[in-house]
Amino acid sequence: MGNRCAVIGVGQTAYRTKRADVSLAGLVREAALRALEDAGLTFADIDSVVLGKAPDMFEGVATPELYLADALGAAGKPMMRVHTAGSVGGSTALVGTSQVQAGVHERVLVVAFEKQSESNATWALSTHSPFSASLVVGAGGYFAPYIRAYIRQSGAPGNIGMMVAVKDRINALRNPYAHLKIPNIDLAMVEESMMLWDPIRYLETCPSSDGAVAMVLGSERAAAAAAAATGRRPAWVHGAAMRSEPMGMAGRDSVDPRAGRDCAADVYRQAGVTEPRRQFAAAEVYVPFSWYEPMWLENLGFAEKGAGWKLTEAGATAFDGDIPWNPSGGVLSSNPIGASGMIRFAEAAQQVRGQAGEHQVAAAADGSRLALGHAYGGGSQFFAMWAVGANKP
Amino acid sequence: MRDVAVVGFAQSEHSFSDLGWTEADLVMPVVNEVLETTGLKRSEIGFTCSGSNDYLVGTPFSFVAALDTIGAWPPIAESHVEQDAAWALYEAWVRIQHGDIDTALVYGFGKGTVGDHVGISSLGYDPYYLAPLVPGHVAMAGLQARALKDAGFDVDPDPTAPPATDGAAAVILAAGDVARRVRARPAWITGIDHRIEPHSVGARDLTRSDSARQAAERAGVGSGSGAVDFAELHTRFDHEEVLLRRELGLDEKTVVNASGGPRKADPIMATGLIRIGEAAARIHDGSAGRTVAHATAGPCLQHNLVCVLDSEGQD
Repeated sequence: MGNRCAVIGVGQTAYRTKRADVSLAGLVREAALRALEDAGLTFADIDSVVLGKAPDMFEGVATPELYLADALGAAGKPMMRVHTAGSVGGSTALVGTSQVQAGVHERVLVVAFEKQSESNATWALSTHSPFSASLVVGAGGYFAPYIRAYIRQSGAPGNIGMMVAVKDRINALRNPYAHLKIPNIDLAMVEESMMLWDPIRYLETCPSSDGAVAMVLGSERAAAAAAAATGRRPAWVHGAAMRSEPMGMAGRDSVDPRAGRDCAADVYRQAGVTEPRRQFAAAEVYVPFSWYEPMWLENLGFAEKGAGWKLTEAGATAFDGDIPWNPSGGVLSSNPIGASGMIRFAEAAQQVRGQAGEHQVAAAADGSRLALGHAYGGGSQFFAMWAVGANKP
Repeated sequence: MRDVAVVGFAQSEHSFSDLGWTEADLVMPVVNEVLETTGLKRSEIGFTCSGSNDYLVGTPFSFVAALDTIGAWPPIAESHVEQDAAWALYEAWVRIQHGDIDTALVYGFGKGTVGDHVGISSLGYDPYYLAPLVPGHVAMAGLQARALKDAGFDVDPDPTAPPATDGAAAVILAAGDVARRVRARPAWITGIDHRIEPHSVGARDLTRSDSARQAAERAGVGSGSGAVDFAELHTRFDHEEVLLRRELGLDEKTVVNASGGPRKADPIMATGLIRIGEAAARIHDGSAGRTVAHATAGPCLQHNLVCVLDSEGQD
């Protein structure tokens, strides 16, 4: 792991269908300035900038770190641009974490964004020319068969996905940044919504959002200085890992990918987690389609194989359950794709910092337990995760 | 910092025409070759990082298909930058500094022959004011060449671009004793740094490259004896060598781009990594004691990475 690393500042923009009031530069700068303010710092204090986003075709700007360098105060500094598909927000946070853990930098600004209103994400995700024909339409078309496989393998009742959809949208009502706010949402409303990719209904899928998130990551010394200056405690990184596996490989389990299990095992080993359901007070997990909650409950070791849906059904993952998943409303409520992973990481950090506002999980604020941030991408093949806590590792 | 060396380098035969190879086809042979040259097994690699650009072939996630070719099973610790793979090498060098892993595989690939590079490079510029003019990389380089000419430098003010290229490259990094075990004469990275500067060329003095100078100073190009036998510079236009020699502090004794440089093979997103590989190869084969590699991105040398390699480690 190397040196200790802490989250000392977090900034988010409001997530909306269309942020017509800001340019790309204005969007990322809004998140960055809020993170710096939270850390009690300015751009001048930052040693290095790491930018992440999903495919450049989502905005039609290639290698946007070049254009965004000015807006992020990066001139004269090192700047990286990470792209690991849907997991990129998480990976971007981990590339910044790595620079602190390596002892290369003291304070790193990590930023992730997507401005999906600039183009059509389903189109951008469906084109595979000139080398091969596209057999799917968008991410939902890709993942729906795996969800059907999960339902068949686990014997889960058909309403579990709808329960997740309702739960996350109710959580989103507590989150001022959330995109989808549906005050009267219930199972009947989800069930009546249009079937998009069987079994994924319209209200069981994530929105397309514009938005950005930023964090300031700091060394032990930087964390002490920020805490003294702001009175807000840092979130310490207790474990961090990335794992990837091939998309096309005979015998690969796309429902319960080994890369996800291995990534979690690595993070848990670093953080000393042997019983995730008990040792985490909250989890922010990348659930872009409702059924991915029970699937990841199993993949991440919160439930035995085939039993993830039982936790959802029993309300264990609800805001008042014993292990709240996505108290912020999650990806189902806000999805600027390239930022969605980092939002999970940042929301996990805010929980253990006691800075999550109305969606603060009380058990996470007392400092004794950890929070999990999770992201995945590609064909369920790229994983990035961290475990954060209020106490030094 | 831990002593980390380039211990393996392989590159494809680069092509100026589309031979029908996918990006995955380009990557697999060089990854196999670089592993073979070091005798390391895939399972012994601690971290993998790559660099590529989706827009070259106009499809998202070009790195996903490439990952399928490198044997990522059991699952590997892996990441990707949408930058030249020289920056992937930087990320891997940082990762090795944690101390828990000793090796990393870095690869980059570009299929430049199937795209319109003037259009693609323009998409990398400010999308509101500059990109709609579709200036391309050659016209932007022309601004810098003209600025240098007007400042009295002996350069051609009408630059020509190198031909579009398909190709790939791979490098293996190793720390300390592992490096000494797998390579008789490792190319130790004694310094590596990169810096970016404002995107707008109007905000810069184009007769200078502050970011290249900063990166060179921090990487220690001029420290120690200061002598540099060979330098591999990411110069896609001839006038850039004049500028970079000055900013990196290279004198006339330094041989630049003995490999032929980017003008002979420019597989975008691998071109910078190849500079590091070529500079390391001069140390591996005993023809140099100290070399410098440079990679760049953005209009008029906006983002610059400098890596100093030496036959002697620091510990």
